[in-house]
Amino acid sequence: MAMKTTFVLRRLILTGLLALGIPSAWAEEAPDAFVKRLTTDLLDTVKADPALRSGDMQRLSQLVDQKIMPHLNFQRMTASAVGPAWRQATPEQRQRLQDEFKALLVRTYSGAVSQVKDQTVAIKPMRANPGDAEVLVRTEVKGGAEPVPIDYRLEKAADAASGWRIYNLNVAGIWLVDTYRTQFGQEINAKGIDGLITALADRNKAGTRK
Amino acid sequence: MKNVWRLKWLTLVLVCAGWVLPALAQSAPPTPDPWESFNRKVFGFNEALDSTLIQPVARVYREKTPDLVRTGVSNFFGNLRDLWSAINSALQAKPGPTLDNAGRFVINTTLGIYGLFDVATHMGLERHTEDFGQTLGRWGVPTGPYVVLPLFGPSTVRDGIGLIADSRGNLINQVDDVSERNVLWVSHLIDRRAQLLPLTDQADRIALDKYTFTRDAYLQKRLNDVYDGDPPETADPTEADSGADAPKSNP
Repeated sequence: MAMKTTFVLRRLILTGLLALGIPSAWAEEAPDAFVKRLTTDLLDTVKADPALRSGDMQRLSQLVDQKIMPHLNFQRMTASAVGPAWRQATPEQRQRLQDEFKALLVRTYSGAVSQVKDQTVAIKPMRANPGDAEVLVRTEVKGGAEPVPIDYRLEKAADAASGWRIYNLNVAGIWLVDTYRTQFGQEINAKGIDGLITALADRNKAGTRK
Repeated sequence: MKNVWRLKWLTLVLVCAGWVLPALAQSAPPTPDPWESFNRKVFGFNEALDSTLIQPVARVYREKTPDLVRTGVSNFFGNLRDLWSAINSALQAKPGPTLDNAGRFVINTTLGIYGLFDVATHMGLERHTEDFGQTLGRWGVPTGPYVVLPLFGPSTVRDGIGLIADSRGNLINQVDDVSERNVLWVSHLIDRRAQLLPLTDQADRIALDKYTFTRDAYLQKRLNDVYDGDPPETADPTEADSGADAPKSNP
């Protein structure tokens, strides 16, 4: 509860400083406000677009590129999922890994998008210190009998519009990057980085054929 | 009857021995899945059974049955589960969820006509699914190794034991007539399988290794369920042995 007060206080001070025209070092959105704005906007976009809900992968890819990718530190997510082998990967391999991982995630979440009906997002109280460079924002998607918890890990990013980027995602207790780390690790141990790239590419091709 | 109980007890003892003895061995570093080779075999069996028998029936059920009927069936079985969830919330000393779950059961059984209509959600009573495995977890019982159960799928030693209590605690067991009871259990299975179809189709599409994917997702979700969405913060693994050479953010 004290945290919420601190954030409100910060925003009041910020508003006051801006009003006085004094540049502030905190000129970014609060991370939980940012998540709320982003997720509500995404839900509204999906609700208003039946083509998205019916599984149009092209439109979904567009949506991801325009509205989601700018807010992710995708290199960090891929590097983290790939693990120590990332350091030995060439720039071409790294780019391919990111491309295939992104295609995989788009297909992963296309299923969720098709289930959107009248859900809303509620933000849970945030436990973070104002100076933290990495925070955890916890939300709940309401609309069914049992709400679905979705959590985000965000890092401070000076070059992002909101000042924050997402680097990990948790749905119903399952952390995305962590789950893929085991999957990728197995593949790398067996067949190296190129083996992983091939496996991902195959999976993505097979998925689009389904 | 007695022999069945003796067999169950013996299985329990053997399972616990298999759980404790590897920990005592301590020669190799602990893996999260010490029974992996056995588990993979059971997983293979379950996958075969599922793809040849259970999944087709669930798909036909989903396609041919009117939405309203399917919703009613899901609500009916969900209502029975809400009663068991209420009992477990009480056992875990969680008054809020207990009241919600108990309220749901009472309202849906009466106003919702034996649970066919989920009136309680519209009245704002949220479901908090609890089972006996979570109750054991809440009171400090460790999960034990990951184990894939025949038919039931991913579980742990603790949650497998919890399943025995869960099936006892399901009102379906109170039905006297054996064939009626079996019909209810089979319907419950088909309903559940149909509900899980989107998730399992998803896993098929995206997992590189379905076994480890299922295991990791299950274990993470289970920990989350025991702690009701607030599991103890482990060190953020995105930093530990990560390949990222992005500059560490200095506070």
